Amino acid sequence: MHRIRKWGPAALLVAPSLLAIGVFVYGFLGWNLRVSLSDWRGLRANYDYAGLDNYRRLAEDSRFTDGVQNVVVFTLVFVAGTLVAGFLLALLLERGIRGEAFFRTVFLFPMAISFIATAIIWRWLLSNATGAQETGLNKLFDSVGLGFLANDWFKSDSNWAVASVAIAAGWALVGYIMALFLAGMRGVSDDLREAARVDGASEAKAFWFVVRPMLLPVVMSAIVILAHISLKTFDLIYAMDAKSRKIETPALYMWFTTFEGLNFSIGAAIATLLVVGIALVIVPYIWYSVRSERRS
Amino acid sequence: MVSSLRRNGVAAAALATVTSLVLAACGGDDDDTGEPADGETGQASTEFEFFSWWTGAGDSEGKQALLDLFAEQHPGVEIIDAAVAGGAGTNAQAVLTTRLQAGDPPDSYQRHVGAELQPDIEAGLVEDLTWLYEEEGWMDVFPEDMLDLITVDDRIYSVPVNIHRSNLLWYNPAVLAEVGITAPPTSWDEFLQQATTLEAAGKTPLTIGPSWTQKHLLENVLLGELGAEAYSGLWDGSTDWESSEVTAALDMFTQVLSHTNVGEAAADWQPALDPVIEGDAAYNVMGDWANTYFTTAQGLTYQTEYNVTTSPGTEGVFNFLSDSFTLPEGAPHRDLAVEWLRLAGSQEGQDTFNPVKGSIPARTDADASLYTGYLEMPLTDWNDPEIELVGSLAHGVVAGGAFNTDIDSALGEFVASGDSAQFASAVKEAYENTQ
Repeated sequence: MHRIRKWGPAALLVAPSLLAIGVFVYGFLGWNLRVSLSDWRGLRANYDYAGLDNYRRLAEDSRFTDGVQNVVVFTLVFVAGTLVAGFLLALLLERGIRGEAFFRTVFLFPMAISFIATAIIWRWLLSNATGAQETGLNKLFDSVGLGFLANDWFKSDSNWAVASVAIAAGWALVGYIMALFLAGMRGVSDDLREAARVDGASEAKAFWFVVRPMLLPVVMSAIVILAHISLKTFDLIYAMDAKSRKIETPALYMWFTTFEGLNFSIGAAIATLLVVGIALVIVPYIWYSVRSERRS
Repeated sequence: MVSSLRRNGVAAAALATVTSLVLAACGGDDDDTGEPADGETGQASTEFEFFSWWTGAGDSEGKQALLDLFAEQHPGVEIIDAAVAGGAGTNAQAVLTTRLQAGDPPDSYQRHVGAELQPDIEAGLVEDLTWLYEEEGWMDVFPEDMLDLITVDDRIYSVPVNIHRSNLLWYNPAVLAEVGITAPPTSWDEFLQQATTLEAAGKTPLTIGPSWTQKHLLENVLLGELGAEAYSGLWDGSTDWESSEVTAALDMFTQVLSHTNVGEAAADWQPALDPVIEGDAAYNVMGDWANTYFTTAQGLTYQTEYNVTTSPGTEGVFNFLSDSFTLPEGAPHRDLAVEWLRLAGSQEGQDTFNPVKGSIPARTDADASLYTGYLEMPLTDWNDPEIELVGSLAHGVVAGGAFNTDIDSALGEFVASGDSAQFASAVKEAYENTQ
């Protein structure tokens, strides 16, 4: 009896959110999985078991496999680019330049803009139109005599077209990553650096051997945040060039095949694969953080 | 820091879900506890909800004119105009799909006529309206060819309110004069010849926009090359996609595309028209909503500053698309919904809606004096008994849902690769899978 009194109130407090998550996250994940194994096409639900048919069909569907390739390229460029740029920005601000608060806000600001608006701006900046229609970066390059830098960007025929969408996404999130790194760097006690200096380490060496190792948790969480955003990115690509195969990712194909094609079971199969993809990123991270929490 | 961020995120999500549950519980019975009906209306409904994707210029004014007329005829009725913007209706469709599946239909909703309504019919979500057509005598006022296209198993399920034309070639007369072209092409072969002249003069022969405009061009190249009958056969299985005629027409599409700015395609259909307006390009194939852009947004004069003709090879053919209204099964205010459909199908309703929207009535007895400027041309052709009617692919008349999405997938590859045989076999397979 008194044991219930001990954990009862706590259980009661978490029960509503537990229930909501149970139903709306895990319940629907399960339901989605069931739909992905069904033969549901059209507006009426149809749960007839179809085994792995939908997954097999996706494996042969070049629109899906091209999309997977695009999302891999997008993720690599977006995560690596944003990490490096965010780190460099944090490094510059950490040196204590004047007006730091101002720059911090400036760099963080793009995150406040919705991805749709970001996409509209960058669609214009990255336009590959020529002649009188030329705009954005290409026009800028041309007018300062760097015309050779002009590019087809997201309309390029190369497999890397989607990387230019990653530029826009990176622009939006680099400030956030910078803030993460800056907090991490500031979290390193001055005593430690002082000790390194006393031992005769240069500033660079003190940073590399003292501060850098302590930033590892920041890097880990930044990667997880960026990678899962990248897999889910929908609005940015939709507003840039909807249905363009050069930049389409599975998240978009899922939407089109579900709500235009009414192929609910195929859409659910894509959604399931996306969840698996995100889990591949997040589960190791959770495992890592649980382990390090237990250690400390 | 991140773990606390994660925890807060979860808590916020949980809070949001709980809040929405509470709100849903509170909001559920609004309809029944609303203001009591005016004494004399007795059992009649006091609320009417119409669902559409009309939010843009022209569209929303036309819809408003029709809703105003309806409100005038039914004083005391509260009209709910549920519109979802964007994506030529695809966003609205996603919202509507969710509502229909949840058994929460509006009183009437907008759909393109034809194949796009097919899934709704198969799922039993819309009522058969044949009785309304008979009661109102609509069988005689709508063109027979169109009625054939929208009849499913001898039943009709929606009321078309307007007609747009797809097979149109818009052009800048000044550009043609500048390079010495006397008239727009009447076949795609002739277009290819003109394209060489235009390119030599530094002009883009034909402009193009995002993927749906490429599908729009494809349907009109197929129509121009194959003719009305074979084109219609593509959608009912009587024309073989893998036949040599179709392959030749698809190769023509690839050739036409090579004389466009497809590599730097515009982001939407309006910016695709801009180079034509500015004199850098000659032609653009687009439906007649383009007219509203030329006149209203750009302030240009019809026939002198821009002009239009049927797309190459389609003279005497009317490639149409149309918006129609439905009566959902289980509409909460069915009596008003039926009145709404009566109005939408009436001469008064169609003549109120269309001049504002920039389209022509689906009825053949419109008041011609209301349709001036460009609209004279489609109105004359629509009412011409000799005209051949075919339905649009890009706008859901001849291929809906799954088939159309599969065509999108195949077209994405075709535009990149130019492999007509592969496209033909992919579309043929998609047709067979979705029948």
